[in-house]
Amino acid sequence: MKRARIPPAIAVLAGLGLLLFLLPLAGLIVRAPWGQALGQLTDPTTTTALGLSIFCSVTATAIALVLGIPLAMILARTRGTTRNVLRALTTLPMVLPPVVGGVALLLAFGRHGLVGSLPYRWFGLQIPFTTAAAVMAETFVAMPFLVIAVEAGLRSLDHRYEEAARSLGAGYWRVFTRVTLPLLRPAIFSGAVLCWARALGEFGATITFAGNFPGRTQTVPIAVYIGLESNNPDAAITLSLILLVVSVAILVGMRDRWLGAL
Amino acid sequence: MTLEATVRIKRDGFTLDVSLSVPAGETLAVLGPNGAGKTTLLRALAGLDEMEGRVVLDGTVLEDTSRRVHVPAEHRRAGLVFQDHVLFPHLTALENIAFGLRAQRRPHATSVARKWLDDAGLGDRADSMPKSLSGGQAQRVALLRALATEPKLLLLDEPLAALDVSVRAEVRRELTRQLSSFRGVRVLVTHDPLEAMALADRLVVLERGSVVQTGTPDEVTARPRSRFVADLAGVNLLRGRAHGDRVALSGDASLAAVDAGTGDVFAVIHPRAVALYRARPDGTPRNVWRGEVEGVDLQGDRVRVRVNGPVPLVAEVTRGAMQELGLSVGAGVWLVVKATEVSVYPA
Amino acid sequence: MNSVITVFAAASLQPAFDKIGQRLRSNQNIVTTFSYAGTQTLTTQLTQGAPADVFASADVAHMTTLNTAGLVQESHVFAHNRLEIAVAKGNPKGIHTLADLARSGLVVVLADPSVPAGKYAQQALAKAKVTVHPASLEQQVTGVLSKVALGEADAGIVYHSDIVTSGKVDGVAIPDAQNVIADYPIAVLKAAKSQTGATQFVSFVLSPDGQTLLKAAGFQGA
Repeated sequence: MKRARIPPAIAVLAGLGLLLFLLPLAGLIVRAPWGQALGQLTDPTTTTALGLSIFCSVTATAIALVLGIPLAMILARTRGTTRNVLRALTTLPMVLPPVVGGVALLLAFGRHGLVGSLPYRWFGLQIPFTTAAAVMAETFVAMPFLVIAVEAGLRSLDHRYEEAARSLGAGYWRVFTRVTLPLLRPAIFSGAVLCWARALGEFGATITFAGNFPGRTQTVPIAVYIGLESNNPDAAITLSLILLVVSVAILVGMRDRWLGAL
Repeated sequence: MTLEATVRIKRDGFTLDVSLSVPAGETLAVLGPNGAGKTTLLRALAGLDEMEGRVVLDGTVLEDTSRRVHVPAEHRRAGLVFQDHVLFPHLTALENIAFGLRAQRRPHATSVARKWLDDAGLGDRADSMPKSLSGGQAQRVALLRALATEPKLLLLDEPLAALDVSVRAEVRRELTRQLSSFRGVRVLVTHDPLEAMALADRLVVLERGSVVQTGTPDEVTARPRSRFVADLAGVNLLRGRAHGDRVALSGDASLAAVDAGTGDVFAVIHPRAVALYRARPDGTPRNVWRGEVEGVDLQGDRVRVRVNGPVPLVAEVTRGAMQELGLSVGAGVWLVVKATEVSVYPA
Repeated sequence: MNSVITVFAAASLQPAFDKIGQRLRSNQNIVTTFSYAGTQTLTTQLTQGAPADVFASADVAHMTTLNTAGLVQESHVFAHNRLEIAVAKGNPKGIHTLADLARSGLVVVLADPSVPAGKYAQQALAKAKVTVHPASLEQQVTGVLSKVALGEADAGIVYHSDIVTSGKVDGVAIPDAQNVIADYPIAVLKAAKSQTGATQFVSFVLSPDGQTLLKAAGFQGA
């Protein structure tokens, strides 16, 4: 069957949509201070922010794996209203403006917060303004990506593999670690990569909950913002380029197959 | 060592209610059409689905709902072979077989697994991943995987159904060989009569969740008690009320038979015993009916002719006879069956 | 005549300028739209061509930047603002001087040095020869204020006007010798669409009525 031709109006609108994505990227690349890029890359502000960003995003992803996989398992088991409520709760950070997430984190884990007041009262520990807060903010915003991917993987998993393993004498943990997890590997991997990318790019919740201090809570996106504001656009553009390269690398590396899990 | 099981499962308007008693060394085939509840029964025996009733294997109570006893699947020592191998896709053939040995903490898992593969002539595929095995090889590895842990109960769920006809013989040979040397209880579930006949010592025919017939394959096919068994045995099955030498069928029709007895009966007529004529035959055959050809199936040099009429029957004739008689769909024919060719037994 | 103008103003000016906007609307039929943000944010936006009629900065440096870029007309300093230490109501941590901010275990939040309030705070601390280890460098002086108001920070350095209008924190005065007085310049943009409206706005800010409103909000007059 021959497909109907696409009318010019649709093609034009599609082209405009594509330009909206393309032009800002072009702007970044064209305006990048290529001559000083290397210098910017070795600038302590840049390296500190990069190091902190990598640490925070990797830690956030690790926490998301430890907490998110069990959460996905519960989600994949529930049905009906329970499932809808749980799903809405776990995916809320995906649609919530990150700044709102940051305010919510502050009200929950701040030293006068619902939960945060306890460690403060007992040990004098304060979460906001620490690297831990940056990690928490990133985990809060990024974990849903992992949960959704793993839940989808679990729902499409052929549970007869687990049943076969049980009939061979494998108990719960052996089935989980030797069968379920290996079978979920593609879903876990794609979920973890998306989670990590989201954590790496996190800005709003982090600056609200963790504040801004170089080496402690100033991650790359925050350094980009500060750089732009303090009349140092070259640093901002260089850091933006790094984030851009990482994002493109993720998309190319993941291909449709794994992104399809969403 | 025996398996004694009474299994009841109610689910979405479907009720499975089956009692089994299988001695060790015997292969019991649960035969029935799709949706009869065969797989449900097997999963309950394996401990994978909830059920009501009681399952006792070799004196050990695996399930007794009245006493809230439930031994989980991993402690039942019940090996399960699925229709489509279900080999772990991330493990080699060898590691698939070693999986159960490791799970049960048996020593030398790898070398034991390798011996199973070597003995089955699959040693060269030890390091192959399941997706690079042929369908037949994969199913054979799946069988070895179940057997390697030396289960007391072997449960086979349509083990040949997913295979191409060309490799079915290869796997069936392996299955026959392994089953004959397996000392535990063997339960095979299938909808394929050939598979059941080839592998089973005894049949249980399951329809809509209930057992309709049990016996050796010969007994069951000689005296079918359901349309399903009659169809798979390739015979005509009629049901009616016997009185002396006659069996009253539904409608006005009746059937002459020798020593039909009294009461509700089944009557079986082999298609070869049904003769076809263009015109009403002379002589005194006692069973003569008029009918209309409804369908013609060629099977080699034989032809099975489905005839509709007061007594719908399938007749088997030669190709030559078909051409002589000019049999085609819609043609009128006379059906003749000798009373001595009708086998009648109580329903 | 009814004119509509857009005013880019430093975040600290919000309480005072909101009142000024209301007054102008009822008295002179000038409708004012405000865009409040950190002075450096506004400067960046104006440099990138954001449309505005009036710019009110929290320091002279950013106004100079725009002047050098040829974007503004003549500027006038219309107000001054003193720095003050913001603490929780009742001052539970007993903070009385800038030197107290260096105490260990105290969570101090400052504005980022790229923000005027942050720059002034650093100058004040330098004058007092005090080294503090801030927990965070906020993007706006109002961010400092809200962290103290929420109780996440024990103290922060903000403008006196912020404390007057916030009502949720207490202020600890900084002596003149250590204090830095912020100068707030205002200017009409050369690209202003409504030069008349913009000029009227600036005149009102400099007029006795405008100055009264600014003083009520904690500023010192020009």
